[in-house]
Amino acid sequence: MSGINDFAFKMATVNGTGSASANSLLMRAIFRMGIPVTGKNLFPSNIQGLPTAYEIRVSKDGYTARPHEVDLVVALNPATFARDVASVRPGGYLLYDSSWPLDPELVREGITILGVPFGKLCVEHFQGDRNRTLLRNIVYAGALAALLKLDIDLVGRMLGQQFAKKPKLLDANNTAIRLGYDYARAHYECPLPFHLERMDANGDCIIIDGNTAAALGAVFAGATVGAWYPITPSTSLMEAFTAFCRQYRTEPGTGRARYCILQAEDELSAAGIAIGAGWAGARSFTNTSGPGISLMQEFVGLAYYTEIPTVIFDIQRTGPSTGMPTRTQQADLLSLAYASHGDTKHIVLFPCSPEECFYLSVTAFDLADRFQTPVFVASDLDIGMNDWMCKRLQWDDDFKPDRGKVLDANDLATVKRFSRYFSEDDDGVAPRTLPGVHPAGAYFVRGSGHDKHGQYTEDSAAYQEVVDRLKHKFATAANSVPPPEFISSDTAADIGIVSIGGCHAAVREALDHLRDQGINADYMRIKAFPFGPQVKAFLDAHPKIFVVEQNRDAQLRTLLTAETGFPRDAMTPVLDYGGLPLTARVVVDAVATGVQIPRLSALDRADSQTQVQQVPA
Amino acid sequence: MTSIAKPPVRHPGLRTNALGLTPRDYEGVMSTLCAGCGHDSVTAALVQAMWELAIPPHRAAKMSGIGCSSKTTAYFMKQSHGFNSVHGRMPSVASGANAANRALTYVGISGDGDSLSIGLGQLCHAIRRNVRMLYVIENNGVYGLTKGQFSASADIGSTSKKGDANVQPPIDPVLLALTLGATFVARGFSGDKAQLIPILKAGLSHNGLALVDVISPCVTFNDHEGSTKSYAFTREHEVELAEADFIPLRREITMPASDTTVQSVQMHDGSTVRFRRLEDGYDPTNRDLAYAHVRACQARGEMATGLLFIDENGADMHTVAKTVDTPLAELPFETLCPGQTALQALMEKYR
Repeated sequence: MSGINDFAFKMATVNGTGSASANSLLMRAIFRMGIPVTGKNLFPSNIQGLPTAYEIRVSKDGYTARPHEVDLVVALNPATFARDVASVRPGGYLLYDSSWPLDPELVREGITILGVPFGKLCVEHFQGDRNRTLLRNIVYAGALAALLKLDIDLVGRMLGQQFAKKPKLLDANNTAIRLGYDYARAHYECPLPFHLERMDANGDCIIIDGNTAAALGAVFAGATVGAWYPITPSTSLMEAFTAFCRQYRTEPGTGRARYCILQAEDELSAAGIAIGAGWAGARSFTNTSGPGISLMQEFVGLAYYTEIPTVIFDIQRTGPSTGMPTRTQQADLLSLAYASHGDTKHIVLFPCSPEECFYLSVTAFDLADRFQTPVFVASDLDIGMNDWMCKRLQWDDDFKPDRGKVLDANDLATVKRFSRYFSEDDDGVAPRTLPGVHPAGAYFVRGSGHDKHGQYTEDSAAYQEVVDRLKHKFATAANSVPPPEFISSDTAADIGIVSIGGCHAAVREALDHLRDQGINADYMRIKAFPFGPQVKAFLDAHPKIFVVEQNRDAQLRTLLTAETGFPRDAMTPVLDYGGLPLTARVVVDAVATGVQIPRLSALDRADSQTQVQQVPA
Repeated sequence: MTSIAKPPVRHPGLRTNALGLTPRDYEGVMSTLCAGCGHDSVTAALVQAMWELAIPPHRAAKMSGIGCSSKTTAYFMKQSHGFNSVHGRMPSVASGANAANRALTYVGISGDGDSLSIGLGQLCHAIRRNVRMLYVIENNGVYGLTKGQFSASADIGSTSKKGDANVQPPIDPVLLALTLGATFVARGFSGDKAQLIPILKAGLSHNGLALVDVISPCVTFNDHEGSTKSYAFTREHEVELAEADFIPLRREITMPASDTTVQSVQMHDGSTVRFRRLEDGYDPTNRDLAYAHVRACQARGEMATGLLFIDENGADMHTVAKTVDTPLAELPFETLCPGQTALQALMEKYR
């Protein structure tokens, strides 16, 4: 199905050899040619020496999901030759290093094998092992530029910008790119049948990863205290926040910081710091991933019960336990929604792209302040760490942060008795005070049982009054969180697809492919927990519901049943949890198979579900 | 159990401090600890210290974890905000609060279970961060609320109420803090208020984390013969290395220049701590000597008390982070949000 501006290719290399910068160069060059492009880094949990792959998808139609198959594989890692060759689609191409005899593992019927002596060219033209290793990546980028008709002058200009201050490196890189380019042109018919042609589709787009965008959101939302413990794949969020703060939050003249970033001793401490700062009146956050979420549970319960705002970014990775730290998943849904012991519920936001990471990050800080509670932003590794093409971020200068109900010194000067946990308002939110503002606002934060005044209590009625109000507050939040996004088919559809977060790109694409097959489906993408009334309405309106998510146990479906009462067995799970970004094909196949199954009795239906569950190899 | 408010009865003759407040204004609700608990004496010393320093109650924040000691934050300074967090995690909450609002006076109250077992890591890292706060460990060698188990500070051979002897070596917060680079390390005894109050006052004025380990006997579970954290044992084995006197900024310091047993340390806020050497060669500004003296005392079966070490030139958390003087929580949004123009300029880098 490949063609002009519609194909995918993969670089299979060894991590730590510098291929990342060559891959990024290729992706950005395609972007600058005005062609929609996506890059997925499928990397190991390792510093140097293990197999790594980078997939680039070019899509004139603007699809950004991971490709189901690749048209061209650059096989530069002998350890994975067999697997990489097998991943070429029938009729596709393999590019290998012909400095050495063709490895028998690389031979496969039905594909075209192209050899370029990358290693030999590097030995002939460059000095030093490290240099040769690094520049080999640029040589293959040059060969790909010829084969795929990438604008070689544009690549030259980009190298010029990248190495503007390092003329020696620039010369070497320019030589390397030409070596690959010229060799491919001299030995093969260029370009290949699928290749690039300039477009003008990216005018208002940028390339950014979700962690950078989320960090930028925290800066724009006015967060001043960030606490964290390094953990893949969330680390780059705080690194980006640090860099942005240096840029935008350094006090003119004095050079002093309008922010405080603390690298804590562990995730428990990071959560404690964020909560302490939220209590004292700063906008605060911490960022982590699965294992960190487990460690933060106790503190999350404290913040919930004592009603302290903070924001926790969970960049989900593959669990359970340490799991696969550099692979993606959406398997923290339940542990976020009900984090901590006792009766607890939390606001969780689910961005589907880096663009949404920015906007929902800002929303998260507002919701945390407004509802005086910890708010989770559930991103994932694919969104957080991969470069996505998305709409240029915008900011409204009239934006004023919603700090919620906070009594100031004037309010407190007239108050008779301040009762921290008493609310007269419909939203169930009780006004809070900040330490240091006024003697009348002093109260005692305690995770132990407390009454509406904040006093210690073991009295059933006084205890229940507070936890019942918390429940009411949470119910109110359902109407304030971002509503789902809906995509409706042109005709009235029986099929409703429900999905969440990073699955969006694949589901959006799948809707088009399904329509091409004559299957019309409506789509609802959940953007937040608790669910607003539209969620149940969508489920009720569609006789056939599919719930697409990236975990084994259908956690979103469980949440839907638990919170809306909609029967579990009336929703067919489409599950993809092998750790790689979702492809449209998984969704298309599952839905197409699922709708062909005649409607069965509730008893039989359980069997039908297992047939359409997707279990990647 | 609910909290019991104290009747607001005031004696007309009560002295007032610079703010016109009496010591009663620095008290909290009625203590629910056992009668005779050492912690109540520490509470009383804190009330006195805060009153004498005339700290505006609402500008102080009381931070604690879980345990008998952590409960005491309710028993002083009812006009101050208090934060009773989770077990062993007070240091991180205090770090965050201090990061957000550096202008408040932070008083952390913890115990040997809270700080030396479940919260040992948090204590160590708060010391490393050098969070500006008074950090009091009310140390009784025993878990009171769960009825008498040994804590990590129990000495080898010290016996429980039931008669079992502790076999694991103790963690000494003073030695630990000295090793970790703490900039203020002291040890007091709840039964010696005269010694404790100047230490607490100095700690409250310290520019960094002031660790004060207070031996505070548990009358119910650890005050029997055989215990090394009882009133009797502590009285008998306590050795004061240097007597500290705290002189606030507004009081003139007069000191005979000829008195070579007196050493003065200027505090960050302009106040002074004056030490009178009780042991030959003791220098509370020398970390290695302080460590050696505490160890030597231990070897003799004694317990060193007093303001044992002070370094007023250490950089606190905010100095290291180079944060602005204005509390972060009070910065106007306009100074925090870069705005649309800056964002669009930035977006060019992602093209």
